[in-house]
This record gives sequence, C-alpha cells and structure tokens, in this order.
Amino acid sequence: MHYQLRLLMIIGIISIFLGGCSLFATSSASSSNSSASIYEQLGGANKIEEIVDNFITEIEFNPEIFPYFEKSDVSRFREKLIEHLCMLSNGPCEYTGDTMVQVHGGMGITEREFNLTVDLFINAMTKANVSHSLQNKVIATMTHTREDIIYQ
Amino acid sequence: MFILPAAYCADGKLIGTAGLMQVEGAGGGGIVPWATLAGYDSQDEVSFNAVSTRVELDDYRLSVLAASISIYDRLEISIAQQLFDVPSLSTQIEQQVVGLKYRLFGDVVYSNYPQVSVGWQHKTLKDGAIASALGAEDNQSGNDIYVAATKVHLGVLAGFNAVWNVTARATKANQMGLLGFGGDNNTSYQIMLEGSAGILLSRHIALGVEFRQKPNNLGLGEEHWRDLFVSYIPSKSFSMTLAWTDLGSIAGAPDQKGFYLSLQGSL
Repeated sequence: MHYQLRLLMIIGIISIFLGGCSLFATSSASSSNSSASIYEQLGGANKIEEIVDNFITEIEFNPEIFPYFEKSDVSRFREKLIEHLCMLSNGPCEYTGDTMVQVHGGMGITEREFNLTVDLFINAMTKANVSHSLQNKVIATMTHTREDIIYQ
Repeated sequence: MFILPAAYCADGKLIGTAGLMQVEGAGGGGIVPWATLAGYDSQDEVSFNAVSTRVELDDYRLSVLAASISIYDRLEISIAQQLFDVPSLSTQIEQQVVGLKYRLFGDVVYSNYPQVSVGWQHKTLKDGAIASALGAEDNQSGNDIYVAATKVHLGVLAGFNAVWNVTARATKANQMGLLGFGGDNNTSYQIMLEGSAGILLSRHIALGVEFRQKPNNLGLGEEHWRDLFVSYIPSKSFSMTLAWTDLGSIAGAPDQKGFYLSLQGSL
C-alpha cells in the first residue's frame, strides 16, 4: 500500500514535469484556440483597459508608489500603458510613448518598489478576473522592461 | 546602521519566489541549498528568517531549528541546530551548521539566465562518538562548499510558473555530517550533484521534487536522498512545507522513509 502510494505520487509528479504540457493540454485546448495571442486570450482591448484602470486605482491607494505618479498626467499614462500592454501581448497596437528609460530616468526606482508595483499589477489583473496562468503569461511579456526601469 | 520601522517586513520579492530554508539552514528547498537567499529582501532590504523542521523516519527522527539573515539579496548568514534521534541506541547526535551564501549574479525571476550563488557550510558535531564508532575519518567538524543555479520561468507550464535548481557540492560529510566526515572507503572531497524542480500552482502553493546525491565514505551503503514536497505560502511572512522523504539507508538501517514538516517565518 505504502509502495503503491509512493509509486502513484512519483508518477503524478513525473507526469507534471515531463508530460506536463500534455497533462494540461486538454484544459488549454478546451479553452478554444491555444495558438491565440495573449491579447486574444485576455479578451482584447476592453480587458486591457479594465486592468489598467484597476492598476491606476491600486497605485492611488498605495502610499509608497503613489508619490511617483503624483505629478504625472494620469490620462496620458493610462493611454500609453494600454498601448504598451496591447503591443506586448501581441495585439493590433503600436506603442507610441517614450522609452522605458526616458519615462523612468531620474526617478531612482528601487528593486523593492519595482517588485511592489508588480504586486499591484497582479492585484489589478486579479480584480479583472484574469486567470492565474494568464497573469503569468502577461507578466512574462513585461519582465524585460525591468532593467530599463530600476535604478535609472 | 539601519533603523527598523515598527512594522518592518522585507517584502521586495514576488510572493512564492523567495524559496524556503533547507535542513542545513540555507535558503533552498527542503534538502538542497538553492541559489536563492531565504526571505523577501531586495537589493535595499534585510530579511530575518527562522525555520523549524522535523523529519520522522522509520528508525530515526531529525529536528532542525535554524535562523538566517539575508542582506540586500546578496549575502546570507545562517545557523542551524540539528538533533538526530537514534531511539535504538537511546541517544542523540547533535550538529551545528554555520552557513554563508553569496549571490554571484542573476535574479531568479527577472534575468534571462539563472541566479547563481556560492555557499559554504561549516559543520560541527557536538559528540563524535557514533561517528568514530562507524569509522569516520574526522568525528568533529567538516566543511561543504557549493555552487547553485536556480531559475523561475514565468508561465511556461501551461501558464504556471516553474522553478528548477542545480547544485554541485564538494563534501566529505557522512549523512550530512551527522555521522562524521570521511571514512574507510574515502577520505577526500567529492563533488555531489543535487537538484530540484517545482511548479507554482498558484501564488500560494508550490509542488516539487528534490534529489541529493550522497557519498559512501563509511562503506555502510549510504544512499541518495529524495523528496516530494508541497509548500503552502499564505503570506510573505509565513510558509509551511510537507514532504515525503526517502533518505535510503542510514548507518546500516535500510529504507528510511517518512515525512518532513517545516514551518518558516520571515521578516
């Protein structure tokens, strides 16, 4: 019995690691086209706008991050972030804003503040009912911007 | 000098990406030290961590209390007290492990390459009588040096985050040092490979496997260690891990399997 239980657990774990994709393939296949872009999986422009609006609210209520936005033009930030997320998620948009270095230059944003802002962005996605796995995929498209944002 | 605010809490990493504390007190998985430093400190923060771990095996019980401080996500200093109960001999083996770990480069989540750290563990046996009786070359103290590489991949397994770790350790320790260092079979340092792989099922639940290669210096058939673990990480200040472990043959007693329970706190 003990041996069987062990075998079962090992098989389960191995199948997650090696055959994981096929194990989960059924769920991703059943959620329609698995080749859809992240933009399409999110549900397009409306969902991105909802995430960005939630994100702005999260920032407004965070005493540590809000000071960075106090003097910024919120409607421009909103518009450019929507564009940026649309582009990063392979949607039909072109980002027309400044580079990440230009935007964050001189702010001296620390790693802690960056990671805290990622936490706020995750909250924004959760409140927009974006699934855990889709959240991870969205974040994966954004991580390369980190080196242009912190300690500038 | 830095001043701690009243509600101090280092929380500058994403939840679930700080790793755990392993049985020798280093940041890691359960039995393998990883490149991650325990705690949620970022480059500007200091974290304080403590863990209590118990491993219940067929013929033995291992209890570990450990504490560590991680400074600027760069340097980790740890101390662990291990108590190994041997009921059949009505005795206990006590070992202290002092550890240092230095992050060389990389960020486990954000760099395109793994986070890589080097570590040192200095182990001191309180009473080497059992180590001597089993033929250990040194029954007092020993040192392990390791290099570890760890990486989290965001959303790669059907959208779930995955983590892997590979560690190479130079060691002479028998059963982690509890049975002394070196022996009749071998008296020199050997490189042992250790590895871990895990999946984060949510921001609060991780599932994984670990493997730790072991030397057989004493000629008593010491075997590699393995475990399957599930961690629950409700907040950045607390986590608990339950594992099923197979530590193989220990001091001639075969098939030492059992459960591992670990409770960890971080500030």
